[in-house]
Amino acid sequence: MKPELNLDKCMRCGACVGSCPANAIFLKEYTLEVNDDCTGCGLCINVCPMGAFSKGGK
Amino acid sequence: MVKQGDILEYDVLVIGGGPAGSTAARYAAKNGAKTLVIEKRQEIGSPVRCGEGMSLAWLDELDIKDTTKWVSRYMSGARIYSPGGYMVEINEEYAGNEVGGVIERDAFDRDMARLAAEEGAHFMVKTSAVELLKEDGKVVGAKATHLGKEFEIHAKLVIGADGFESQVGRWAGIYEAIKPKDIMTCFQYRLTNIDIDADFVNFFMGSGAPGGYAWIFPKDEKTANVGLGVQLSRLDGSKTPKDYLDDFIDSHPGLKKGKPIDMVAGAVSVTHPPERSVADGIILVGDASRVVDPITGGGIVSGLKQGKIAGEFAAEAVAEGRTDAEYLKRYETLWRDKLENKLWRNYMAKEKAMELSDKMFDKIIDALSELDLKKVNVETVLEGVRKKYPGIMEEIEKML
Ligand SMILES: Cc1cc2nc3c(=O)[nH]c(=O)nc-3n(C[C@H](O)[C@H](O)[C@H](O)COP(=O)(O)OP(=O)(O)OC[C@H]3O[C@@H](n4cnc5c(N)ncnc54)[C@H](O)[C@@H]3O)c2cc1C
Ligand code: SF4
Ligand code: SF4
Repeated sequence: MKPELNLDKCMRCGACVGSCPANAIFLKEYTLEVNDDCTGCGLCINVCPMGAFSKGGK
Repeated sequence: MVKQGDILEYDVLVIGGGPAGSTAARYAAKNGAKTLVIEKRQEIGSPVRCGEGMSLAWLDELDIKDTTKWVSRYMSGARIYSPGGYMVEINEEYAGNEVGGVIERDAFDRDMARLAAEEGAHFMVKTSAVELLKEDGKVVGAKATHLGKEFEIHAKLVIGADGFESQVGRWAGIYEAIKPKDIMTCFQYRLTNIDIDADFVNFFMGSGAPGGYAWIFPKDEKTANVGLGVQLSRLDGSKTPKDYLDDFIDSHPGLKKGKPIDMVAGAVSVTHPPERSVADGIILVGDASRVVDPITGGGIVSGLKQGKIAGEFAAEAVAEGRTDAEYLKRYETLWRDKLENKLWRNYMAKEKAMELSDKMFDKIIDALSELDLKKVNVETVLEGVRKKYPGIMEEIEKML
């Protein structure tokens, strides 16, 4: 399941982008996108210094 | 101004305008290559994503004479603290400039860009590479966007200098996922109105920053970059690096009354040198090639040194008309000859240090504080412990 991203907490720092093993996160100019390559491994939840990712619900 | 669908032609395209990219561009242009740097941010160097601590022992190597624009403070030494409060001080006069200074990273990055521009390199900011162009598997340039316009840059050689978040290496198929244990995830405030000894950079080891460390890098008498990095494999989502840093600050009275005037998030790889840093038509440099000191997480200086090698090599490869993977392997040999031994040695040392308990840190730093450390760097520190407390080194070796 894709993690949920709270963009209000995001600093656009790229820590999750460089860490995602599936290369599923992209830093665009002003926003961050998680694409369908995401395997739901959850690593980005731990890597984000701000806690901007959380477990995807529903 | 580029228009939709334009095609630009260059000898060398550098993707990423950090210190490694600008330095590669500087030496490529200096040696005759028509060079373009594209940087996705609107301002080179900003926002700052760095602790700004840097050795100044390399200035001659890169022929840099004027540091006034970006050294905010020269340090007289470094202090390393164990969790139990033991401290070892490393003095600049002994450390042979390893300690260095605290810099203004945004001004620094722009100065590195200026040096490249003076050699004739072109720059485009607010310009992102979105895809590599390939012909028969060989990288021949990149598709880029600038102010809503998409255009192509054709280049004989592409240099990927796009930092920790590097996509370029992945697009080129030079992809090694970094192990979570080799990623340090960081958070930092610039705190002002604090009480510090502003002539020392300070490192705090132990479980307050699991697998990493906390730092205080002074900017002036009352202001410092106060940050911390945690090993990703030790995070489980319940406590963020920011939470760890907030706790660290709370437990230091001199910092607690500080006011944040900046905050920085980011990650740095503290991994071993990569298996590969080239593919057909492309080479990687800086954080994108994982060339970062695994002990400190510092990547500016190694990126500059590797950038110089990359730039000189790029100009030569273009002049020779050889940008095939086979020829580009020479670049690997060049930078590895210069940098790889130390990176490996520090990686092994880091692997050991990561496993140390708080008690062990206390013992080691207590031991070091009694030694008369002359030239201090990672090697002499290890050697010092080995000499005086062989037992501890044995224990450390055993843990591997
Ligand atoms: C919190 C933190 C603290 C640190 N503290 C220190 C320190 O005190 N001392 C030290 O030596 N090192 C430190 N580092 C590491 C240091 O910041 C890096 O090693 C250094 O910035 C690497 O330089 P670089 O040129 O390789 O990459 P970067 O400086 O990261 O530059 C890469 C550039 O590429 C751009 N880019 C990325 N993708 C694209 C694209 N698709 N198209 C165009 N441009 C793109 C980025 O915007 C960026 O400007 C720290 C890192 C962090 C995260
Ligand atoms: S790690 Fe967190 S703060 Fe950084 S870009 Fe990713 S979501 Fe944003
Ligand atoms: S859950 Fe895993 S695969 Fe999905 S975006 Fe996060 S790190 Fe990448």
